[in-house]
Amino acid sequence: MILDIAREQVLERGVGLDEAQTLEVLRLGDDHVDAALELAHEVRMRWCGPEVEVEGIVSIKTGGCPEDCHFCSQSGRFETPVRAVRLDIPSLVEAARQTAATGATEFCIVAAVRGPDERLMAQVREGVAAITAAVEINVACSLGILTREQGVELAELGVHRYNHNLETARSHFGHVVTTHTWEERWETLQLVRELGMEVCCGGIIGMGETLAQRAELAAQFAALDPDEVPLNFLDPRPGTPFADLEPVPAQDALRTIAAFRLALPRTILRFAGGRELTLGDLGARQGMVGGINAVIVGNYLTTLGRDPQEDLDLLASLSMPVKELSKTL
Amino acid sequence: MITEAQRLALAPYCDGCGRPAAVVAHAHCGGATDTPRYCARCGRKLAVQILPTGYTARCVRCP
Repeated sequence: MILDIAREQVLERGVGLDEAQTLEVLRLGDDHVDAALELAHEVRMRWCGPEVEVEGIVSIKTGGCPEDCHFCSQSGRFETPVRAVRLDIPSLVEAARQTAATGATEFCIVAAVRGPDERLMAQVREGVAAITAAVEINVACSLGILTREQGVELAELGVHRYNHNLETARSHFGHVVTTHTWEERWETLQLVRELGMEVCCGGIIGMGETLAQRAELAAQFAALDPDEVPLNFLDPRPGTPFADLEPVPAQDALRTIAAFRLALPRTILRFAGGRELTLGDLGARQGMVGGINAVIVGNYLTTLGRDPQEDLDLLASLSMPVKELSKTL
Repeated sequence: MITEAQRLALAPYCDGCGRPAAVVAHAHCGGATDTPRYCARCGRKLAVQILPTGYTARCVRCP
């Protein structure tokens, strides 16, 4: 039984499940999901501890993206309800302040772009300096594909972590994005690590991938060994090519959380977008005791999330302390 | 209490899909995680900025 193997291999020795083993977990019947979640929680507590990392995110440049990521309402190639807007610096600082007030230690500045142009870099330069001067919080960025020069500048600005999602398995990527390649994303991630920033690399579950491709993605994350993996569940957005896909059933989502934790025993595994739709309140609690050890609080880039206080109350009820800023530096 | 006719006069467009409020069904427009996306007065796309603990939605034409 795969969970017995995982108990010895992952829990006792800290060695994550490989691709074939992860697939076995993803194929477990519904009657084994609770056991998988319990084991994943034990693994998280043993190798990561009880603390939960809390993060807020904001879009500094929304919509009008030239890329065609089929899940994204910010692509300029699809007729979606999203209108292009940019966030001014005072509002960006206020967003960071609101995020810090929730107890969050991470604040991620996100832009809908292929990669940053000079105008965006100038906006980020000014924004990071303004936040750093006014708010005690780690600043992360997610600005797409980076050149070496841009990466060097972000690291010098003090950007603590850089997010660039692989989104899906390499074998499925061409069904999700056609305007750039999985390899281009991988190269940016390698550059981020080389430049000394923490690597944040996640994906979206429920974009038509097979279970084998979910296991493949977990294995590709393990090969990358990122500091953080944000796990999103597709929230089908109107006007996008994936608008008519069905949301991931809650049991599948929970099975995926457990499997990814067993594949990535030491990674920060973050609840990100789509959990409200896929899991609801009960599922969010199950995920928190099923391997998750980080959350995005509040709203997302183009959709609303839970009230931050609901998540903080949930963590308190589970006796899971919020990670303090001093422990992230 | 305003009448349906008065409501439609004030907000003739659905803020979820931008189509006329009176002539099509809107039960599936906008879910629990959605902000308004269209101006209810003129039907144009709103400039929506979502922040961690709130959002603003502004029509570029209507006051």
